[in-house]
Amino acid sequence: MHILLIALCLCYALGLVLPFCVPRKPQTQGIVGSVCACAASLIGITLGLSGLLASEPMTAIVASPIPLLAFAVRLDPLASFFVLTISLAGLAASIYAMGYLKEFHGRVSVAALAALTNGFLLSMTLVVIADNGFFFLIAWELMSLASYFLVVTEHEKADVRYAGFFYLVMTHVGTAFVIFTYLILFQSAGSFSFDAFRHPGQSLPEGMRTLVFLAALIGFGTKAGIVPLHVWLPYAHPAAPSHISALMSGVMIKTAIYALIRVYFDFLGGQFPWWWGFLVLLVGTLSAILGVMYALMEHDLKRLLAFHSVENIGIILLGIGAGMIFQTYGLKEFAALGLLAGLYHTINHAMFKALLFLGAGSLVYATHTRNMEEYGGLLRRMPWTGLFFLIGAVSISALPPTNGFVSEWLVFQTLFLSFQFPDLFLKLMLPIAAAILALTGVLALACFAKAFGISFLALPRSAHARHAEEVPVAMRIGMGILALLCVGLGLAPMIVVPLLDRITGPLTGVSISDKVLALDGWALAPVNMEFSSVSPPMLAAMLILGGLLGLALAFLFGGHLVKRYYKTWGCGINLSPRMEYTATGFVQPIKRVFSTIYQPTIKLETEFLQESRYFAKQRKFEFHIEPVFEKYLYDPVVHIFMRIADRLRILQAGSLHLYLAYIFVTLVVLLLFAV
Amino acid sequence: MSPIIQSLLLVTAQVIVLLTVSPFLVGLIRKVKARFQCRQGASVFQPYADLAKLFRKQPVISTTTSWIFTATPYILFASTLSAGLLVPTFTTQTPLNFAGNIIALVYLLALGTFFLILAGLDAGSAFGGMGSSREAIIASLTEPAMILSIFAIALTAGSTNLSTIVHKTALLEGIATDPSPHLMALAALFIVALAETGRVPVDNPATHLELTMIHEAMVLEYSGRYLALIEWAAGLKLAVFLSLIANVFAPWGIATTLAPTTMGIGLVVYVVKIAGLAVLIGVIECMFAKLRLFRVTDLLGVAFILALLGLLFFYILRS
Repeated sequence: MHILLIALCLCYALGLVLPFCVPRKPQTQGIVGSVCACAASLIGITLGLSGLLASEPMTAIVASPIPLLAFAVRLDPLASFFVLTISLAGLAASIYAMGYLKEFHGRVSVAALAALTNGFLLSMTLVVIADNGFFFLIAWELMSLASYFLVVTEHEKADVRYAGFFYLVMTHVGTAFVIFTYLILFQSAGSFSFDAFRHPGQSLPEGMRTLVFLAALIGFGTKAGIVPLHVWLPYAHPAAPSHISALMSGVMIKTAIYALIRVYFDFLGGQFPWWWGFLVLLVGTLSAILGVMYALMEHDLKRLLAFHSVENIGIILLGIGAGMIFQTYGLKEFAALGLLAGLYHTINHAMFKALLFLGAGSLVYATHTRNMEEYGGLLRRMPWTGLFFLIGAVSISALPPTNGFVSEWLVFQTLFLSFQFPDLFLKLMLPIAAAILALTGVLALACFAKAFGISFLALPRSAHARHAEEVPVAMRIGMGILALLCVGLGLAPMIVVPLLDRITGPLTGVSISDKVLALDGWALAPVNMEFSSVSPPMLAAMLILGGLLGLALAFLFGGHLVKRYYKTWGCGINLSPRMEYTATGFVQPIKRVFSTIYQPTIKLETEFLQESRYFAKQRKFEFHIEPVFEKYLYDPVVHIFMRIADRLRILQAGSLHLYLAYIFVTLVVLLLFAV
Repeated sequence: MSPIIQSLLLVTAQVIVLLTVSPFLVGLIRKVKARFQCRQGASVFQPYADLAKLFRKQPVISTTTSWIFTATPYILFASTLSAGLLVPTFTTQTPLNFAGNIIALVYLLALGTFFLILAGLDAGSAFGGMGSSREAIIASLTEPAMILSIFAIALTAGSTNLSTIVHKTALLEGIATDPSPHLMALAALFIVALAETGRVPVDNPATHLELTMIHEAMVLEYSGRYLALIEWAAGLKLAVFLSLIANVFAPWGIATTLAPTTMGIGLVVYVVKIAGLAVLIGVIECMFAKLRLFRVTDLLGVAFILALLGLLFFYILRS
């Protein structure tokens, strides 16, 4: 396994360097970088799987000359699982990139893009395998920086620069809290090694533990994109090239989930008061519902997908939060179930979100616009992309028999088991969370019906869409892999659950694989068959047989009939794209029903003909929803900082003498301290 | 008889019962409405003839559409039928009980809704889009109420698997001393059923007025065998909800063993029960006017609150 790890690092390192060795050939640069990333990802998949199956965690350590820092890695099942997830998404994204990078030829440095992608993947892998706080922070920062540079790939656009800056600020606010978390742990442990964190973490005074909990939630939550710390996400993720968006939304935000589980269940030993779990649950519920609500109102396909990442992080946290509450009450099996549901959703979301972002990238590649209202009719022009996007849409809407359904089902079961609590408040709150999860699920369905329906169906709405062509083979393969995984992860819980059980087992102290799987693995039945069960393979079989029955009935009663093709009835005039429902129109009822949340502003200006007020010359329609969090939470904070900065500007007067005086004073003060 | 053959027979019986009974329910509701309007009305068996006719008609397909349009009727039929197999009808011995619980049922129905919404958008006409858009909001509002009401019932029976719930209730296990949580959940689920199956006061299945139609607008472009499958699936959905309500709240008479006599009685009782509910729906359709689309929110809000109260009552009464 050590060899695999070295090979993995080596491949990524080659990917960092090699693209620069072929100057002036963007095509080759892209291919070389992507091949390195593919090779490394394949090794990563092997490494992750063997780490999950190994009986003992693999460790390695390389000492460093810097005190407190050691390049220590440890591949326990939790870390291996995330290595696996990162590598799977990395593999698909790198294959996709071989075709997709053509989009950037001549505009930006493809060598830099390819190299940074390798660096990004490497730093994410290092984050999850690091076994030393200092090393973790370095990897964490490298990951943030690599992704920042990837976000600002198209830096000639002002909005991309704004997105990048916003991301850079937010991620560093988050990092500050992460550092704070580790410093508290370091103070009592006396070392940055995770092993040392584990022991005193459990014996810290209560106040300190709470502080660690909150700082970690804010710090990692910023990266994960929980509400209200999510505001950077819908800017940064869409701004990046699409295969990078796929990696950021699919796996980068998951490293925060990894770190949360590591801190709460590993360092703090899974001992917490009930309100910790409840807070995580609350944050999860809010993120889920608000994420999907804001997504519904988006017509920029990539921004829409970015908001859905907020939603899905919420669903993951619902599972983990419920697990934490169960842990408090000593119901270890249910705690393991909640954690397992959260982790299952983590890998599922990584797969379908990456798939959808790659699909969105293909649409942008083919049409050169991100505005959904300019798509339309693309399923006929891009059948493969359409099919893959549909699989992703069905998965993210949690419809059977795909993977999203299985993990959301498990989250539902965890929430339903709340009747075991002694406390009436919690007994009521968890079913309400389940009801909100149900609402989230259907709104996601509505949102993806909109996204797919408006983009791929009916008539093309613009010249861009009329001239779209199917994307190159490499891009289709990248999407195809993920689409297969979406279906496979849904149909094979009997393989996934035992693997996940190897993670939750050590963290919660009980193995639940046998209790969750029933009928030789053909059905999932948390607790027992009596309480609840579901069998995804059976559901798939039922759906297929049901469809065949429908076909058989049609032939039995009707025989063979030739279909007739004719244009859609347009009330007497020829159908044009302008008569179709738009994305804005589609979500109008939802906007109106939930207007308390959206607080929409609608402006309609009509200019009439002079002769008569019955005929309009032109109409102008404007609509936007209130960015509540930015307006009431972020703007005031930014305002305060700007005012402080204004005051401090006096210091920077532009006079060289003054600056020399500063240096002199600083020197004197430092010398005084030294003495 | 080996258990596998027995299971296969039971599943086949369930499929046949569901497929046969669903057009009858549609016909019965129409008959009740006709009688209330002082009309003779068509025979209750008219929907069977309609289906047979539709199957034999040549389908016309819009040139604007993609494969989604032709695949949707089959997907809708399959998902509704699969959902129907998770609900006990005339017997609690449903071999597919393990395949999914109530959440699976909700999401199977959602699969059909998803594709129907897509099909509505596919033809490119404004009517289809309008229907799809409205279906999306109504589906979003019904689901939370449905999940909560079912959960309130599931608590009493200690299960979320429908056959288990019905079996336990039929054997009078776990019946609460006070039926109020059940009654509230029943009211909530009934409202949900009206909304999900597109009945008055949420949607009017008997109209083609562009301002009011929801389900009919989505399927406007369908004809021939595709329309037949969609109509049949709509009937099936009605049968699924009525079976759910009838058996979960009043399982008495349902066959709990495999003895042929109890099965026979179970079948007769089942048909009577859901026919009774269908008559009730017919009466409601005559007594109430269709609500304005944005008033439906209030109705479904009431359903949600009722379900929540049911849950609260359950916990308070038990503690």
